Amino acid sequence: MRLTVSGDQLEFQQGETVLHVLSRHGIELPAACRAGFCRACLLRVLHGDPGSPGRAGLDDALQADGYFLACTARPGADLTVALADADVFAPAELLSVQPTGNSVLRVRVRPRRPLDFRGGQHVALRAPAGIVRVYSIASLPAEARDEGIEFHVRLYPGGAMSGWLAGAARGDAIGLGQPGGSCYYRPEDPRCPLLLAGTGTGLAPLAAIARDALAHGHGGPIIAVQGGIGPDGSGGGPRTAGPAWPSPIRSRACLLSRGEDIVTAVAAELAGLPRPADTRAYLCGAPRVVARMRRALFMGGLSLRRIHCDEFAPAAAAVGARGDGERGDGERAGGE
Amino acid sequence: MTTQTSLYDRLGGAPAISVATEIFYRKVLADPALVRYFDDVDMDGQVAKQAAFLCMALGGPSAYTGRDLRMAHAPLSGLTDRHVDLVIDYLAETLRELGVPEADIAAVGATADSVRGDILNR
Repeated sequence: MRLTVSGDQLEFQQGETVLHVLSRHGIELPAACRAGFCRACLLRVLHGDPGSPGRAGLDDALQADGYFLACTARPGADLTVALADADVFAPAELLSVQPTGNSVLRVRVRPRRPLDFRGGQHVALRAPAGIVRVYSIASLPAEARDEGIEFHVRLYPGGAMSGWLAGAARGDAIGLGQPGGSCYYRPEDPRCPLLLAGTGTGLAPLAAIARDALAHGHGGPIIAVQGGIGPDGSGGGPRTAGPAWPSPIRSRACLLSRGEDIVTAVAAELAGLPRPADTRAYLCGAPRVVARMRRALFMGGLSLRRIHCDEFAPAAAAVGARGDGERGDGERAGGE
Repeated sequence: MTTQTSLYDRLGGAPAISVATEIFYRKVLADPALVRYFDDVDMDGQVAKQAAFLCMALGGPSAYTGRDLRMAHAPLSGLTDRHVDLVIDYLAETLRELGVPEADIAAVGATADSVRGDILNR
């Protein structure tokens, strides 16, 4: 079978991902998660069918425009694609990078053209060197109009993206990918209880969801549960993202150092609600903690369809313009 | 046999399967004898498999075959008739909670029982 790109015809085998075919032929895409999550490797089909796995999770509009993900697409027949790069990463500029303590950078970015997103979704950032990482959005669209889109970025020693951001200056160019993820407020469900739980920089998107809910006049109770490690906030404590939970929201902090477990706390909060099964839960943070919370809520009677998660998956490969497939540097997409 | 519609259709098709799957999966995960066979990391993958199984057992449009079941369960060590009995019981409990008539529950149980050999690799 043949993959045609920019006039080149590349042979490929059944079962191979498009990302792999391109890489094997020396064409490197920005790719971060390689699991259909970060959208860094978005391509557009010109002729043929990339198959449904490559389109899974993409918005209908993107699918309709022929976009698919190179990392999850395993075409079964000849395919012609366009390198969608320039269309995918919208040009943007850095407005500010402020250290907030606890090794977290507060980054503000202004896109050159309006970006359609909802508070709590995630988006891939691309630094000039081709480094791509996914971060959760800490602003609401209305806030971003004046202040730029805000991200809370954990500074990792040796982290390619966080390191670049730490040294970047106002006005530096940066690319913004397509916002995605199901962690956002649903105005069509205005009376359900909302249970927000997260760790580390995962609290920033949760705070955005909470503000969005209040801005919509949400009628149900809103409960925030935040996890951390040390009482001083070290290692990803409650102060990391510093959300000031607006007044109607009841918040609860769990510190591992005090033997408090966020999973137990979240399950207890669900059980204490008047209509647990009507709740919508939003979980952001490290994958293992998110998975445990998700299971606990499910066992507590909440449908998986009402549990919206954003797992801060580690960068699977620090693939830049060189794309040598090296292992990730441990830098994570917005979380612990 | 009559030509009546399948229980799958009478229950409400795919949306009903989705509801039933969650109830069923919750019961299975709560059972200490079964939980180790159900990977809790990939809950979505598990739910998809349970849904395919329920779809087959309820006479829905399923592509699930005995061969799939055989391959899926082959790596699981220590599976016995008792495990299969438990799963069939939970399936019956699930349908009962959804108001399915006992005659249908018995028929679904028989369908599930018919793949026992594939599940236990014999």
